Amino acid sequence: MRNDMFSVLRRSPFSLAKTRDVALRLGAVIACLALLVIATPNSAQAFSDEELRNIAEQLNDKSATKKVAVIEEMAADGDPRVAPILKAMLDGDLYVRDSDEHVVIATKKGKVFTHIDIVSGEEVGESSSKELSKIKINNRLRGALRDALATLNLFSPDLNIRSAAVEQIMDARDPAMLPLLLRAIDREEDETLLARMELAQATMALAAGETTEERLSAIDVLASETTPQIRAVLSQFVASAEAEGYEPEVVAAAQDALESVEGRLSTWQTIGDVYRGISLGSVLLLAAVGLAITFGVMGVINMAHGEMIMIGAYTTFMVQQALGSILPSGSAWSLVISVPAAFLVAGAVGVVIERSVIRFLYGRPLETLLATWGVSLVLQQAIRTIFGATNQQVTAPDFMSGAIEFSTGLVLTYNRLWIILFSIIVVAGIAAVLRYTAFGLQMRAVTQNRRMAGSVGIRTGYVDALTFGLGSGIAGIAGVALSQISNVSPNLGQTYIIDSFMVVVFGGVGNLWGTVLGAFSLGIVNKFLEPMAGAVLAKIFVLIALILFIQKRPKGLFALKGRAVEA
Amino acid sequence: MNKKLQALIGAGAMAVSAMAMSAAQAAETIKVGVLHSLSGTMAISETTLKDTVLMLVDDLNKNGGLLGKQVEAVVVDPASDWPLFAEKARELIEQEQVAVVFGCWTSVSRKSVLPVFEELNSMLFYPVQYEGEESSRNVFYTGAAPNQQAIPAVDYLMSEDGGSAERIVLLGTDYVYPRTTNKILRSYLNGKGISDEDIMENYTPFGHSDWQSIVADVKAFASAGKKTAVVSTINGDANVPFYKELANQGIKAEDIPVVAFSVGEEELAGIDTAPLVGHLAAWNYFQSVESDANTAFIEKWHAFIGDESRVTNDPMEATYIGFNMWKQAVEQAGTTDVDAVRQAMYGQEVANLTGGTAVMNTNHHLSKPVLIGEVQDDGQFDIVWETEGTVVGDAWSDFLPESAKLTADWTYPWVCGNCEKPMY
Repeated sequence: MRNDMFSVLRRSPFSLAKTRDVALRLGAVIACLALLVIATPNSAQAFSDEELRNIAEQLNDKSATKKVAVIEEMAADGDPRVAPILKAMLDGDLYVRDSDEHVVIATKKGKVFTHIDIVSGEEVGESSSKELSKIKINNRLRGALRDALATLNLFSPDLNIRSAAVEQIMDARDPAMLPLLLRAIDREEDETLLARMELAQATMALAAGETTEERLSAIDVLASETTPQIRAVLSQFVASAEAEGYEPEVVAAAQDALESVEGRLSTWQTIGDVYRGISLGSVLLLAAVGLAITFGVMGVINMAHGEMIMIGAYTTFMVQQALGSILPSGSAWSLVISVPAAFLVAGAVGVVIERSVIRFLYGRPLETLLATWGVSLVLQQAIRTIFGATNQQVTAPDFMSGAIEFSTGLVLTYNRLWIILFSIIVVAGIAAVLRYTAFGLQMRAVTQNRRMAGSVGIRTGYVDALTFGLGSGIAGIAGVALSQISNVSPNLGQTYIIDSFMVVVFGGVGNLWGTVLGAFSLGIVNKFLEPMAGAVLAKIFVLIALILFIQKRPKGLFALKGRAVEA
Repeated sequence: MNKKLQALIGAGAMAVSAMAMSAAQAAETIKVGVLHSLSGTMAISETTLKDTVLMLVDDLNKNGGLLGKQVEAVVVDPASDWPLFAEKARELIEQEQVAVVFGCWTSVSRKSVLPVFEELNSMLFYPVQYEGEESSRNVFYTGAAPNQQAIPAVDYLMSEDGGSAERIVLLGTDYVYPRTTNKILRSYLNGKGISDEDIMENYTPFGHSDWQSIVADVKAFASAGKKTAVVSTINGDANVPFYKELANQGIKAEDIPVVAFSVGEEELAGIDTAPLVGHLAAWNYFQSVESDANTAFIEKWHAFIGDESRVTNDPMEATYIGFNMWKQAVEQAGTTDVDAVRQAMYGQEVANLTGGTAVMNTNHHLSKPVLIGEVQDDGQFDIVWETEGTVVGDAWSDFLPESAKLTADWTYPWVCGNCEKPMY
């Protein structure tokens, strides 16, 4: 109804454009505009107020099948008031008011729900949650709602809403949507979106098309694109070719197109593997870089390293809790503040451990190993006693949620991208501290030759404590980042301790760049093995390869040159 | 004379009551063992069950105890260390002389203590959903068997309301429960006309934290044009990074729904669930169930633990049912003797928290309702589907040829947990 009206309105300026009389044309345009202003609201409202209210009440039917039918009926007539109702239903904001059984959109503010009338769109009261019952939806209804919204939104004035609608239609590939899509193509002015629309049309036209030419041109359009959906469309077409009796030249063309799409997709798959490898590498690097200092530089086999990461993660949780009343959740600032906080807390714990336990055990690696392992158990149980054994929730700030999605199927999640960047910053920071500060100089001096360093006036004990504190503090910083992708639980540290040692040993004890290279190469190798061998076997292969490598080069990728680290 | 007699009787009565009191103290208390990990990987899940048993014991004592005696819980910590479970079980039974043990979570810990309970003829109540393929004379399984969780869940996924899935991804942690469950599911799905090429199976180590590749693989698998759903038997810690990755890669429940068998209210506590709305879990109980028994249970739990934000979950209900059944069986048998109580257990009925009745069957498994819930943005589940009435737990799956033949029935004439023919 409304669509017919629209097409008339759309066509009329063109036909009038041909008339010679400018005045007449102008007059007609004005008349047309006036008609648009007057006619659109009336004609677009396919439902009367009463009808809309009645049909919306049926959305609360018990049967999902009935609900789907109601949704389709509501969307079919293109009433502009329908989209907000369906959107509210999708978001779980559609309720039935117990007092008068009316369907209302209710938004929650604190404990009060504000009711919005579905017909007028105005506020019509408020109540607590007790006076409302929610209209329940399940995944089938969510799908139906999204499809219905897509058809309604296809003519939305907002470009973004239109694009989303086209993507939804492309996912659904329901031939029933084809006529509507064709109308949208006629009207669309945005070039990029038009191309997507034509692609969406081609995905449906391939099977639904009637002539050989139609099919061939659809294949032509499809072959130029590289997305998993296109691969699915083509492979389904090829698979059903025999049953449907498609023409041989069409099937051959589809097969060619399928092969070229698959070839390009596999390149993207490799790019994805490399990215995921780098991402895993950056996590390993963050986890290991603190250990590269405590174990790598100082030679302390620090089994409590993982717990320093855990302390960093819990500090993040505490900071978020403490700032919760001041900052909105999802605020970036709580993470920014967590970084120095975690450094200080974990660093301080590290200094305490060094002063109270480790300094008595220098040069006795076995005792150090056992003592630090004991420390790690004490720390874990302490956290368990204070915070409980269950996971704590660290909210991700908005800039770390979501992903950049390429149509080729490659997904770069923001949290991983930030962690890659963050790991690079941390390593650069450490390198700078070691290279350019007085403390870094003293640290390197003590590592290379303790007695000589002592005899030129460096307080070696003091440097030891600070070095251990630095390593622990950096582990704490890693905890801030890992709280975004992992559990914040007392077991957090145990997950990373073995990987950390692997990275440091592989990269070469005492060499920061070795750690960097070790982390990234282990990450990438792991991610290339994983799709082939599965996660369990990939881990085993990496471990075996590492053991063999250490046999060949006991000092790792980069052996420390010059005067050996003190015995 | 009269007065003397009265005094005498009075004194006698006092003496008798004093003797009775000391006798009661001498006959001590009834000891109940609690064998749940309070440290290590599993502490996250098992600590809650320890608290549940303590709450139930506390409650029982307030209401006059059992057989006129006070009940005492003996708590040990097997520290998520499977061999240690067996040692601690022996300690509870031999040294502490407990009448019954409530404990274990992972199947591997149950397998570890099984020989101990059988050797010493003691009784274990196991409160977690598991892979089945077992029925011991000394264990009562109050969690779900596969036919009370996994099978109804995939039925739902394949139904119209569940999205008519035609391609299934089986994701699991690499140990006995997921592997056995997936074996049963694969055979069941094959029977339903889903061929092996439409099933993807993937296992990850315990505590797996990098899900990028696997989630990307699932996405690629799902892009083949057929409606795809994921069945997750991922256990413990690995769930949080898994769900975070799902959310970040933008996998929506209406596109690829994930139904989980090991994710309940407690596991969701560490995650922001807003992007996960619509993903599913199959259990026999959800905190959101509306029933008077459940409201009372939640209130009691909050009062006991002193924290309004703590959630309840399915294994807690299983513990609740198991504890109450044991209590009733002891009252009925008039003793805590293991053999007598075991006989009294069969057919024992207890009100569950979902408003129905749990019945203990002779295969040591319960009859329970099956519920499927959708994750909501407040970390709770909204029930979208449930069985009519209860489902009888099946120890031996009908969908594995070698186990379909076996019967578990511990009453005459079978008296056997895995027999093809009755013993007598």
